[in-house]
Amino acid sequence: MKGLEKYINKIKPNFEKGGKHEKWGSVFESFETFIFVSSKTAPKRGAHIRDAIDSKRLMSIVVMALVPAMLFGMWNVGYQHFLSLGTDAGFWQEFIHGFIKVLPIILVSYIAGLGTEFVFVYIKKKEIEEGFLVSGLLIPLIVPVDIPLWMVAVATILAVILGKEVFGGTGMNIFNPALLARAFLFFGYAKKMSGDKIWISGLEKGQNIIDGFSGATPLSQFAGATKEEIADGGFKIIDGLHNNIVSAYDMFMGWIPGSIGETSTLMILIGAVILIYTGVASWKIMLSGFLGASALGLLLNVLPDGLNPYFELPFYYHLVSGGLAFGIVFMATDPVTSAQTEKGKWIYGFLIGVLIIIIRVFNPGYPEGTMLAILFMNAFAPLIDHYIIRGNVKKRLKRLKVKS
Amino acid sequence: MSNVIKIKRGLDIKLVGVPEKELKEITSSKSYGIKPTDFPGITPKVVSKVDTDVKAGTTLFFDKYNPDVVFTSPVSGKITAINRGERRRILEFVIEPDGKNESETFIKNKPENLSREEIKESILNSGCWPFIRQRPFNIIPKPEITPRDIFITSFNSAPLTADLNFIVKNDFSAFQTGVNALTKLTDGKVYLGIKAGEISNQFTNTANAEKYEFSGPHPAGNVGIQINKIKPVNKGEVVWTLNAADVIIIGKLFETGVYNPMRIIALAGSEIEHPKYYKTLLGTKLSDITNGQIKNKDIKKRFISGDILSGEKISENDYIGFYDTTISVIPEGDKPEFFGWAKPGLKKFSFSITFYSWLSPNQERNLDSNLHGGERPFIVTGELDKVFPMDIFPLQLIKSVLIKDLDLMEELGIYEVAEEDFALCEVINTSKIEIQKIIRDGFDFAIKELG
Repeated sequence: MKGLEKYINKIKPNFEKGGKHEKWGSVFESFETFIFVSSKTAPKRGAHIRDAIDSKRLMSIVVMALVPAMLFGMWNVGYQHFLSLGTDAGFWQEFIHGFIKVLPIILVSYIAGLGTEFVFVYIKKKEIEEGFLVSGLLIPLIVPVDIPLWMVAVATILAVILGKEVFGGTGMNIFNPALLARAFLFFGYAKKMSGDKIWISGLEKGQNIIDGFSGATPLSQFAGATKEEIADGGFKIIDGLHNNIVSAYDMFMGWIPGSIGETSTLMILIGAVILIYTGVASWKIMLSGFLGASALGLLLNVLPDGLNPYFELPFYYHLVSGGLAFGIVFMATDPVTSAQTEKGKWIYGFLIGVLIIIIRVFNPGYPEGTMLAILFMNAFAPLIDHYIIRGNVKKRLKRLKVKS
Repeated sequence: MSNVIKIKRGLDIKLVGVPEKELKEITSSKSYGIKPTDFPGITPKVVSKVDTDVKAGTTLFFDKYNPDVVFTSPVSGKITAINRGERRRILEFVIEPDGKNESETFIKNKPENLSREEIKESILNSGCWPFIRQRPFNIIPKPEITPRDIFITSFNSAPLTADLNFIVKNDFSAFQTGVNALTKLTDGKVYLGIKAGEISNQFTNTANAEKYEFSGPHPAGNVGIQINKIKPVNKGEVVWTLNAADVIIIGKLFETGVYNPMRIIALAGSEIEHPKYYKTLLGTKLSDITNGQIKNKDIKKRFISGDILSGEKISENDYIGFYDTTISVIPEGDKPEFFGWAKPGLKKFSFSITFYSWLSPNQERNLDSNLHGGERPFIVTGELDKVFPMDIFPLQLIKSVLIKDLDLMEELGIYEVAEEDFALCEVINTSKIEIQKIIRDGFDFAIKELG
């Protein structure tokens, strides 16, 4: 450590003003502050003691919260793969298969994203902002496992440039960069992002797949269900093997097809507990998001049946299926793109929940609505804040009027 | 007393080095200094040049745009230097005492027997006027404007600050005289903010003031918070604010007829051998107090004139700030930390629960002035609100200042705040933004725009 510190101090002058690598100063600084928290002290006037938290710590907590969902996702990729082959491979083989499939996506996402960030660090002459540490892990977790790596790279680069840097970097963006990356993929390469075949590794190629294996996610089955399929015993969906009923419990646990990290509600909730306990993400958005989805789910239940069989789906099926939980816990709570006032967070979260269900149930084109709901509310978050803030302004004006 | 207001949002930071209630008198100081830079918004015009003899209360300089507001010498002696900085900006007047203890004389009478004009004149001419500050903008008020009300806070709530109840111990009658004088200067009331739940709090005996007790964490002692809870400042209104320690000096002016800016100063912080109180004059050289009190010379120290949350970093050879009753000395902490952001951080201070130090919330901590990270744009939302107990959106107000939108600043409450009210926001801010400086810049901008 001492040696490293000495070495850094030795080469530092080259990167400072007037040094021979002056142009690379901000890039150097980005690496230096990653290894050593800077020796900078408080300015002459102001607060002379500072909280130990910084944005690196903040982002690392979110990354930590994502780890359970990521590990489970790796296992589930393997599990689904071997299920489609009709073999029972055992935990480790399943996990290793998933690990080998998922790791390249994570690496590509980080390399493409951080590479782009460093180009901007070089251009803007400003130290790197840590936002991408989280986005870089979010992106792999919300794509299907067989996505071509070059698509991941293209989408990530586009998301960093158009979603973040054109607005001025982390803290200035309007839309969640990870979701933007997914939206680019979704609209640009729809074939690779929707359908029944893409969610399980190897299914598209179709080698050695057992007969009748569909690979359809619960959500796409909901959407296509007929009235007859909704027996009075509840909503029954089947997994890839014939007639194996997938219960709400299975969906909660997450051994179902889906995007890599989104399937296990349980693992996402573990992440949510970490985020809420440390106070890094807003519990208000999470709670109101789930409340919004439940409220609309219940409302649809009481509407007369016959309109749409989908209405009859018990509301808790909505909460445990698709990307709802992942989106609400990890994406809707992005502090930069969500509502910034505390009251606004309630409204923002609730509307996301409501919108997800609306898109799912009423739009036959899109089985899942989480991505679009959150992006849509990202755009409306400033408006929500505006009305909350106007309320405060009005109170202040009223005080003045009462007086005069 | 029935008026108890509970402050819910805020934070008490527990630090090593709280001053003991023990008083030591400093009798001999070789030089005193008055720094025009302590008064934001004024443009000093020199009256007494170098080498002139001055008495206590003799004008050193006045504000170019408010010539009635004068700044005077705390001691009788000779001006030995007027030090200037960039663009000949005056940094400090240095006065060497001659030991004669001569004073200018002002009215000596009970304020009850004096008219508003007489009191005002006496406060202005003696150099006590700068002790008064106004909201909006936390600047020295214009003498021609009568304030709606006057607010006095009788306790500091920031960490390691002087206990005003200890300072007022032998000077309560002077404090009362000061309050009596102030009541004459407003058509409204004089409000006094008192710390709730203190045994034998002398301030509860104050007459001629509307008393409000405040309980809860810092910033409960900030006068701005108290105004916001008692009677908020509206657009177009001006209120005055004072600290009880300064009211004592105004009281003594009327009791004795001379300007005698006696200060009781708390020397506190983890780098002090025996933190305690010192009785001295305003403008004392810092080293006269810290002499022999500093621990372990090897560690680089930071000397702060004022409290640790919004004071000014000075050197040991500088003079103590005009308003300051606390000197805090902490380690500078200018050392890089290997993967500091990734460590468990059992001993680190954090308002968040992202370090394991949340396991020991009551432990007194030894903190240095390291920033613990680089400056970033605002990322986290909602964190500032937790330590900002006014009905104001702190983040939005700060942003309105950053975009220089005067109308928005006004709508969001710029008239009600001071830099110190944002001190905790600056401490806990994840993005390490200099919030107090932004607020001061906002004041400067607004003053310039409003003319």
